[in-house]
Amino acid sequence: MGAYEFDLWVFMLAAFLGFQLIRGVSPLLHTPLMSLTNAISAIAVVGAILITGEKDASTLSRVLGFSAVLLAALNVVSGYLITDRMLKMFKKREPEKK
Amino acid sequence: MKLDDTLLPILYMLAAMSFIMAIKWMNSPSTARRGVIIGEIGMLLAVVGTLLRFEVVNYQWIFIAFFIGSAIGVPIAYIMPMTAVPQRTAFSHACGALASALIGTAEFYKGVQQGPPLTKVEMIALIVETLLGFLTFTASMMAFGKLQEILPQRPITYKGQNFVNLGVFAAAVIIGLALITNPEQTMLFPIFTALALLFGVLLIIPIGGADMPTVIALLNSYAGLSASAMGFVLNNRMLIVAGALDGSSGFILAIIMCKAMNRSFSNVLFGAFGQLQTSTAATSERPYHSASAEEAAQILDSARTVVVIPGYGMAVAQAQHKLKEMFDLLSKRGVNVEFAIHPVAGRMPGHMNVLLAEADVPYDKLREMDDINPEMPMADVALIIGANDVVNPVAETDPKSPIAGMPIIQAYKARTVMVIKRSMNPGFAGIDNDLYYMPNTLMLFGDAKSFVSSIVKELAAVGRAA
Repeated sequence: MGAYEFDLWVFMLAAFLGFQLIRGVSPLLHTPLMSLTNAISAIAVVGAILITGEKDASTLSRVLGFSAVLLAALNVVSGYLITDRMLKMFKKREPEKK
Repeated sequence: MKLDDTLLPILYMLAAMSFIMAIKWMNSPSTARRGVIIGEIGMLLAVVGTLLRFEVVNYQWIFIAFFIGSAIGVPIAYIMPMTAVPQRTAFSHACGALASALIGTAEFYKGVQQGPPLTKVEMIALIVETLLGFLTFTASMMAFGKLQEILPQRPITYKGQNFVNLGVFAAAVIIGLALITNPEQTMLFPIFTALALLFGVLLIIPIGGADMPTVIALLNSYAGLSASAMGFVLNNRMLIVAGALDGSSGFILAIIMCKAMNRSFSNVLFGAFGQLQTSTAATSERPYHSASAEEAAQILDSARTVVVIPGYGMAVAQAQHKLKEMFDLLSKRGVNVEFAIHPVAGRMPGHMNVLLAEADVPYDKLREMDDINPEMPMADVALIIGANDVVNPVAETDPKSPIAGMPIIQAYKARTVMVIKRSMNPGFAGIDNDLYYMPNTLMLFGDAKSFVSSIVKELAAVGRAA
C-alpha cells in the first residue's frame, strides 16, 4: 500500500470518527465546539514552523512562513482561551440561596 | 536524527489522540473543560516536537511570530464581549485558512525553485489546500464584515450572479489543474490565487444574516479541510487527522443548520434567501392586540409555566442579563421559566446558549426545539424576544411560503403568546408572521432590553405589594 493510499485511509477514518463524535455534542455547546475545533486545526502551525525554520529557506518562504506562524499562533492562543472562557459560563442551577 | 525517527511520530500520535479526546469530552458541559485542557496538551506536544526537529534551525522568526500572534490573541480572548462571538469565529476561520494557504504557497515555490519537486499527489493536495485556504480567507472576512456590520447585512443579488460565481470557480479549478500537470508555469499561481480570493468574496455577497449559521459552519469545514490537505503535502498524518476532525465538525454543523431551516446547501449558497419576498411582503392592515409592560408582568406573574424564545434581536439589544433578572424574579415565585432555543436562532450555531449562559441562566433551563415542542400546549405563556421566522406558523400551514417545512418552535400552541418587537415590520426574511395576528397574541412594542427591564420593575412592584 502506497503512502498516499494510507494517508487517504487515515483521512477517511478520522473524518468518520469526527462525524460520530460531533453528533454526540449537544446543541448547547455548538459555539464552544466550533471554537475548539478551530483551535485544533490551528495545528497547521506545525507546517508553518517547518517552512520558517528551515536552514536555507528563501526570503519568500520565510515571509510566508512567518505570517503563517503568526496567524496560526493567534488562533491557537485565542481559540483555547475563549473556548475555556465560554465553557466556564455554563453552570447548572445554583443551590437555593436564602 | 534519533529524535526524529522515534520520538516525533509518537509525539504526533499522542497529539492526534488528545485532539480526538478533546472533541469527545465536548459532549457534555461537565467534561468539556477537561477537553480544552487535553487539547492544549496535544498542541504543546506537537509544537515542541516540531521545534526539536533537526531541519528546524532558525528559531528567531518563529518566536517573534509566536510572540506577536499571542500578543494579539490573548487580548482578543479576554476583552471580546460574548455578543461578538460570531464575528470572532469568522475572523479565526479567516486566520486559519490564510495560514494554511500561505504555507501551501511557500511549499509550491519551494518545490519549483529549490526542490525536491512535488509529486503529482502532493500537487493535487497543494492545489486543494490553497484553493480552499484562499477562498475561505476572503469569504470569512466578508462574513466578519457583515456580522460586525461594516458591510450591509442584507443579501446583495444581481442578474446572472450564480453564473458569474460558478465561472470564477471553474476558472480557478482549470488553472489549478494546469498547475498540477505542469507546476513549472509559476506565473499561473498568482492568477490562481487571485481567482480563489475573488470567489470567496463573491460567495458571501448574496448571503444574508439569517443564513450566517450555516455559512459559518461551512467555512469552518473548509478551513479544516484545507489544513487536512496540508497534511497530505507535508506527509504529516497528525495534520490530516486534526484537519479532518475540524472539517467533519463544520460539515455536520452545517447539515444540522440546513435541516433546521428545511433547506439544502445549494439553496443556502445560491438561493439568496429573502430577496424576493421583501417586495411582495403583505402590507395589508390586519388587527392585532398590544399590551403594556404592566399587563405583561401581571400575566407572567400569574402563569405557572413560561417559555422564553430568544432570537437574534435579543443579542442585538443585549437583553440577556435583564432576562436573567426576570427569570430570577419569576422563579422565586414558583413560576417555571424555560428557554426554548431554535438551532438557527442567532448568527452561529449555539449563539443563544452562550449568551444566556453568560447571563448565568442555568444550562438545564436551555431546551432544544424538539425537546420543548411537545410541552408547548401546556405552557401558559410563550414570550418571544427578538425571534421571528423560527416561530412563524406559516412554515407549517402555507406550503408556498419560502420557509415552508422549516421546523419551528410551536409558540402558537401556548395559551398566551407575547412578542417583544420594535414594530409590526416583517422580519429579516420579509415574511409576514401569522402569529402576531392570533387572538391570544399580545404585541409588546419596544426595545427588547428596555421592555424586559420594565417588566422586571413591574414584577418587583407586584412582589412588594403582595
